[in-house]
Amino acid sequence: MKAVYFAWVRERVGKAEEELEPPSTVTTVGDLIAWLAAQGDGYAHAFEKPSTIRAALDKVHTRHEAALAGATEVAFFPPMTGG
Amino acid sequence: MATIRVQREDFDAGAEAAALARGRSDVGAVVSFIGYCRDEGGRLAALELEHYPGMAEAEMARVARQAEARWPLIAVTAIHRFGKIAPGEQIVCVAVAAVHRGEAFAAAEMLMDFLKTRAPFWKRAIRADGAVEGWVEAKGDDDSAAARWGAAG
Repeated sequence: MKAVYFAWVRERVGKAEEELEPPSTVTTVGDLIAWLAAQGDGYAHAFEKPSTIRAALDKVHTRHEAALAGATEVAFFPPMTGG
Repeated sequence: MATIRVQREDFDAGAEAAALARGRSDVGAVVSFIGYCRDEGGRLAALELEHYPGMAEAEMARVARQAEARWPLIAVTAIHRFGKIAPGEQIVCVAVAAVHRGEAFAAAEMLMDFLKTRAPFWKRAIRADGAVEGWVEAKGDDDSAAARWGAAG
């Protein structure tokens, strides 16, 4: 699946997007966050506090408990500060 | 059907608001809100707004649909800019047309409360000395303001 990152998540990971191939044991958004946190220093920094990470599946806000099944794009970003 | 725009360019908020009532005889009230970039007492030179293309528009449309489901609105326009924005420049605009002012005021306020907490935009502050100050932190006040309207769904 395609992963996209924004704001300080993007800066810490060091890229704006990438293709991910997590193992089959990764079934939820929260699982994916935990798996990403183990993919290197930048990822560890970006995902050190999962509670501060917001996620979207196919451009819709989603909870960490949500299943990844069927989604083509997952996004990770900090709480929004627009407006 | 709301008009939603996400753009780098500035916009004419007065014209956007006026357009909601033009040529109609059923509009009794138009309420508009403009959010500006401020300089925080001279400290800030600019804000740099990042957004999630596609989701920003989709989420603003979802928020507008929630407002339209809650109040009998005639028209809604929401515009949000991205990129570098200097103090004094406009960042965001919502305009709502309705038969009566009550629902127009309420819907405009709800739209802004939800846009701040749900639309995928992130502000980074650039200081007057040119240094990047860092990402603006989300405010708990904004979450409280959005929560007043009940669960977003």
